[in-house]
Amino acid sequence: MSAGTVIVGTGQAGFQTAASLRAESYAEPITLIGEERQIPYQRPPLSKGFALGQQDFESVELRPEKFYQDHRINLITGSRVTAIDRAARGVKLESGKKFSYEKLVIAVGSRNRKLALKGANLDGIAYLRSVQEAAVIRDRLKNANAVVVIGGGFIGLELAAVARTMGKSVRVVEALPRLMSRAVPPMISEFFRQVHVGKGIQVICNATVSAIEGSDGSARSVVLSDGSRCGADLIIVGVGVVPNVELAQGAGLPVGNGIAIDEYLQTGDENIFAIGDCAEFPCTFAGARIRLESVQNAADQAQCVAATIAGRRSAYKALPWFWTDQFEVKLQMAGISHGHDRTVTRGSAESGKLSIFYFKGERLIAIDSINRPLDHMMGRKLMSAHLPLTREQAADESFDLKHLAHAVGAAHH
Amino acid sequence: MPRVTYISAKGDVREIDVAVGTTVMSAALKNGIDGIVAECGGVCMCSTCHVFVDEKFYDRLPPANDTEEAVLEIAAVERQATSRLSCQIKVTEEMDGLIVRLPEKQR
Repeated sequence: MSAGTVIVGTGQAGFQTAASLRAESYAEPITLIGEERQIPYQRPPLSKGFALGQQDFESVELRPEKFYQDHRINLITGSRVTAIDRAARGVKLESGKKFSYEKLVIAVGSRNRKLALKGANLDGIAYLRSVQEAAVIRDRLKNANAVVVIGGGFIGLELAAVARTMGKSVRVVEALPRLMSRAVPPMISEFFRQVHVGKGIQVICNATVSAIEGSDGSARSVVLSDGSRCGADLIIVGVGVVPNVELAQGAGLPVGNGIAIDEYLQTGDENIFAIGDCAEFPCTFAGARIRLESVQNAADQAQCVAATIAGRRSAYKALPWFWTDQFEVKLQMAGISHGHDRTVTRGSAESGKLSIFYFKGERLIAIDSINRPLDHMMGRKLMSAHLPLTREQAADESFDLKHLAHAVGAAHH
Repeated sequence: MPRVTYISAKGDVREIDVAVGTTVMSAALKNGIDGIVAECGGVCMCSTCHVFVDEKFYDRLPPANDTEEAVLEIAAVERQATSRLSCQIKVTEEMDGLIVRLPEKQR
């Protein structure tokens, strides 16, 4: 019997690789090993319904435990893989236990960037990645009055919205001049700033945190570089992530801003693949090597690598898409807008329904939609199929995107 | 509990008793019905929990909203007149006997 496939990491990417291998009728052993104690679960609800207390663990599980037995997936939780022996084709666990592989998939994700300043280790400073951390935030939110969120990115803003929905006094402190600036243009940042301010959140941009002060070991206030203080009994930090490249690095595999892979999601070793948050891949839509932190990227790369391992060698070419829910506003993003030189807008910020179409030269490269779901979905269909849309067509509200997208047929998304 | 019948593309029939308030999607996942993928977890961002609702029941369901309608447009198997996203169908007592058919693929 073959040693089969070993998957390291039980997040969305690791789970989906195992599930897709079985869906591809892969018959060899599958071993899915992860550091987290829980069976695989979804992360997106953690900063939304789960933090609000509306969803429990069962509702965020990707599949019930029985799924893994039924599909002959050897799921090993609470175990960290410490080393890869490429010559022997095996991985070693912290416990000393070893597993051989024929193919290895590294899906170890990323970890939160931590604050490195005075007071950063005080009690009452929370980060969000795992379901345990989400449970801490959920429980602490119940008794908190003043919440300061450090970082005006997706996670920070989603949690700020949760805290405000629960009636807390909320401040968001962002180092850059505008919200979510790594991912969206000024118009969208401003739209969301107004949403948050309108709900009673104080949004402070261009503000660097210089220290956190506390008493009796607990955080009490966030000190900004201008000397001002924001009182807090709960501080939530969302200042980005660092890809987990160490396992690959230790095995001598090439690493850039993530584990370096080619279009087949293969590392420098033909038997080792890397996918999801931890991997840097050549993206046709971005025209560059990028690393993405999203469910879409994790699930689509997992599906692709599973096809390859099952014998249908497949290059990765899925269109990136993403969403965020803040209060009742949903932002849907399709494609990669970075590098655009012109934009066309449908709808308006005033109406609360808005899509921005991003063009690089004549080519549509991305669409951001607020409460215009059809633009988003049709955009995904058009861009996935590389079907051209002109700026004039994008600007003309009466031009039916659905009509154009139907030329693609139903096969693509 | 209301009973929901899932019929796979191959014709396999599974009858499941679903608690009121549970979605047709999550009941499928809990009971090991592989024809439902539910990649986005039920937030109308993907179409991988697409089902064809039996005609007798289609009109009894609360109608799809704009977001769901948009997602159905990208379904891997082309939508039909009675297509729905199973994550948006919350089971009620009145839906007892509901029959849904699964498309041959979700991605």
